Amino acid sequence: MPVSRISKAFENAKAENRAALVLYTMAGDPTPEISAKILENIAEGGADIIEIGFPFSDPMADGISIQKAAIRALENKMTLKKTFELVRNFRVKNQNTAIVLMGYLNPIESMGYAKFAQNCADCGVDGVIAVDDPPEEDMELRTGLKANDVALIRLATPTTDEHRLKKVIKDISGFVYYVSVAGVTGTKAIDTDAIKDKVSLVKSAAKLPVAIGFGIRTEEAAHNTAQLADGIVIGAALVDIVFNAYKDGNDCVKIAKDFAMRMKNAAVKN
Amino acid sequence: MNKQLHNDWSAYPDENGRFGQFGGRFVAETLMPNILALEEAYNKYKDDEDFKTEFSGLMTHYVGRPSPLYFAERLTEYYGGAKIYFKREELNHTGAHKINNCLGQILLAKRMGKTRIIAETGAGQHGVATATVCARFGLPCMVYMGAKDVERQSPNVFRMKLLGAEVNPVTSGTQTLKDAMNEALRDWVSNPHDTFYIIGTAAGPHPYPQMVRDFQSVIGKEAKEQILAAEGRLPDAIVACIGGGSNALGLFHPFLNDENVKIYGVEAAGLGLDTDKHAAAMAGGRPGVLHGNRTYLLQDDDGQILDAHSISAGLDYPGVGPELSFLKDTGRATYLSTTDDEALEAFQLCSRLEGILPALEPSHALARIGEIAKDIGKGGVVVLNISGRGDKDIFTIANAIGTDIGG
Repeated sequence: MPVSRISKAFENAKAENRAALVLYTMAGDPTPEISAKILENIAEGGADIIEIGFPFSDPMADGISIQKAAIRALENKMTLKKTFELVRNFRVKNQNTAIVLMGYLNPIESMGYAKFAQNCADCGVDGVIAVDDPPEEDMELRTGLKANDVALIRLATPTTDEHRLKKVIKDISGFVYYVSVAGVTGTKAIDTDAIKDKVSLVKSAAKLPVAIGFGIRTEEAAHNTAQLADGIVIGAALVDIVFNAYKDGNDCVKIAKDFAMRMKNAAVKN
Repeated sequence: MNKQLHNDWSAYPDENGRFGQFGGRFVAETLMPNILALEEAYNKYKDDEDFKTEFSGLMTHYVGRPSPLYFAERLTEYYGGAKIYFKREELNHTGAHKINNCLGQILLAKRMGKTRIIAETGAGQHGVATATVCARFGLPCMVYMGAKDVERQSPNVFRMKLLGAEVNPVTSGTQTLKDAMNEALRDWVSNPHDTFYIIGTAAGPHPYPQMVRDFQSVIGKEAKEQILAAEGRLPDAIVACIGGGSNALGLFHPFLNDENVKIYGVEAAGLGLDTDKHAAAMAGGRPGVLHGNRTYLLQDDDGQILDAHSISAGLDYPGVGPELSFLKDTGRATYLSTTDDEALEAFQLCSRLEGILPALEPSHALARIGEIAKDIGKGGVVVLNISGRGDKDIFTIANAIGTDIGG
């Protein structure tokens, strides 16, 4: 089931002539209870795949929005173990939306690779992205996930050349996450013209769907990016919108759902 | 720990940057091409004659090497054990061992065509050394420094600014060295093409732990020649403080294959190892992955990195270089620890007996030297690395011992 749930998400979107919508949210942010509701509601709003961030104390590849979300999540006592519970509860009602865990390696290594992969399979996690675990180092994670039919998803970036790309796309399944800018999450805006050629290169090499992320904050950017890729990933923009609404006492769950609906509509292909 | 037999300790790291299970290259994909290009450049230039000539010329005429090996006669007399020698790295240009590595790395940056330098710093010694070599070679320099460290190391902040560097106070996380390193890595991810990251400690992704160790190993090479000249024999033990490990590995590495030389590293025990306020990653941590390498780390059950604490900003880091972790697990090195209070006492003792104000970092090693010297006994010889001078710490020390600095 797991890997195929991701493939299904891309197939469905393609059948509807749009890019798949991948939304990122941090487990436990702004509170553990609201976080659970956000998962349900962004799925209802139109997310085909949800990337759930599990917090790490030292998020070296993240910009300020997701750094702060991680700190809030840790203050709320969120852990990797509790992130699995969040997914398990989500799966009681939802069997269709694909779930990808995204984070840093140390909480995974601390849990143990075999146990982590087993937990993924048991709780209904379909794929995993470990930001600081490049192909040269991810044998343990790769082996564990493969044994449990959970997708290993890697990032390809503007600095990944053709030679290196071969290494990046080897052994992965589900999709390729193309990082649109050299930078941390949520800072530089995407420039779709600049990445066009690179994205086609990744698409033809990988024989897997390609989702583009980093720097998509507006419907216009979502629409433009959707023309290039099989999926679009939005993270920091959603994290900010939800937290600002929560802070101001507004209904952040409904705002998150509306955001998902708007972005799904924006992701339609011309 | 079982002591394993290693015929040649200089064979590490392996081609994957591993020291046994430690080390590696755990970085985001955006940085992988940079890390690999750096490794290639380092391997190309480290044995290049022009590079070596330029490096050693600067070491002699700019840094003032070799640094002396000094017989600490009164301290030796005070403890009544083995003869204590100091390797005087605090006499280097900029007042610490950090400059050795910065010169090596900036020569590499120049050859790689990089036009912008970034660095992280804790105590500010590495920041000052980086700012210094950037001034010398005319490259713009951005130093990331935890906001808490900016406050407690203000003289070094001012020195960096005088040297033309920009100091960027980091307000995320614990606002110390680990957060400065996170922020420097974020900068590098965002500027991968023109920027060279000069890491100051023997940690980070491969090839940094190897490269920093190699540039610093001039300390141990000189110390070996000097002790042979002074005593006609190798020392019984060598001692250094452990933050990330650059001064320690610099001294230790040339002695690793001399199996009769005992190796002691001293970690910062802060308020005590039985509290949660210390920085002793090897005494109180377990292996994990942070800042590009697998090594001993202070962490909780969920793998979250814990805040380190030490009165010394240079030791206030929750990890340690991967090669030091390897030397722990193989039993080649023995690690001890020193509390804040013990370091302060050792600082005062050294100042009054030897007329040398050591930095708070080597004061941690000094606090254990009495026991080591007595253990070895009269007729023995021990070498301790005074990795930096204490001028930068006088405000911290005045505050800690309750003295009005003007009075």
